[in-house]
Amino acid sequence: MTDINASDISGSAPNEAGFGDYVALLKPRVMSLVVFTAFVGLVVAPVPMHPFVAATCILFIALGGGASGALNMWYDADIDRIMKRTANRPVPSGRVTEGEALAVGLALSGFSVVMLGLASNWFAALFLAFTIFFYAVVYTVWLKRSTPQNIVIGGAAGAFPPMIGWACATGGISIESVMMFALIFAWTPPHFWALALFMRSDYDDAGVPMLTVTHGRKATRAHILGYTVALVPVAVGAALTGIGGPLTLAVAVVLNVWFLIGAARIWRRSEETAIADGYAVEKRFFRFSLAYLFLHFSAFLAEAALKSYGLGGW
Amino acid sequence: MAFRPDHELHRRRFGRNVGLGVTLLAFVMIVFGLTVVKVTNGDPMRAFDHTIRPELAEKARK
Repeated sequence: MTDINASDISGSAPNEAGFGDYVALLKPRVMSLVVFTAFVGLVVAPVPMHPFVAATCILFIALGGGASGALNMWYDADIDRIMKRTANRPVPSGRVTEGEALAVGLALSGFSVVMLGLASNWFAALFLAFTIFFYAVVYTVWLKRSTPQNIVIGGAAGAFPPMIGWACATGGISIESVMMFALIFAWTPPHFWALALFMRSDYDDAGVPMLTVTHGRKATRAHILGYTVALVPVAVGAALTGIGGPLTLAVAVVLNVWFLIGAARIWRRSEETAIADGYAVEKRFFRFSLAYLFLHFSAFLAEAALKSYGLGGW
Repeated sequence: MAFRPDHELHRRRFGRNVGLGVTLLAFVMIVFGLTVVKVTNGDPMRAFDHTIRPELAEKARK
């Protein structure tokens, strides 16, 4: 309780950050994907972990993901100010300074890597450090503003968490964890390009060389279909590995047929038709892509649960 | 002397301090929990230096 009025604090920043703004720096929505996929990677691994250690590992992987999000917001503040979708983020809106975002990003990076190493093993910790480097430097600094393939290569950063979860439990890499990586890696381009199609002018205004800007919308529609076709063998292949089983295979087949139909619809549409119905098909495809990944990883989880009852698996 | 109500800025700062306090507390609890789990390795703790452990003799015999 203080006896002070507004005139006494006129020198303070009008938009001074609350705790929630620092949480927003960590991109909580992206973090939820990281948490879920890392959790699945850790649980389906053949080496059991103590539940408390497993929970802390997930927490530090999520913090590492959050740290790379903060570094991304620090570096991208200039283009975030231009894009409608990102203009209200803590840095472009002025609630958090760029220096603070950098400090939070660097501090949390070091902290999460060291703590993951102490909680599980140093291979997993180095893997997390590499993932942060990949997202913050390779994607944000090198690729995002220089090539329309930014989403394709940068998507690897979002695909590493299940491999890190697996590495926490096993201390290494195997075909199962590589297939989980490949599933997210191949899913990312159609997911983001669908978003780029209906967030029409954002990327153009910011000068980000999104495929929609450099190659046009028709080419982007073709790319969505192409990558969705490439995704099918990856998803089915993942279901045929040690973490899969009949249930996972059935889920993979259903989801991929549905996803392919959606991609084919996007490919067949002209820009005029899409504008006329407010990008309804593209928006539906984008929403379904979120469910697609969630259900795929849920199937891996369900298969692991069935195995513990002597059911499921190959 | 009557106090004026807190300015919105102070409420935000208070929220930030509480958030930081909770975060630090959670960190202490995590480190403590990890230490307990690592030391006991998931088993109840035993005073290894002062008790007879027949399983060691069994292992040596095999």
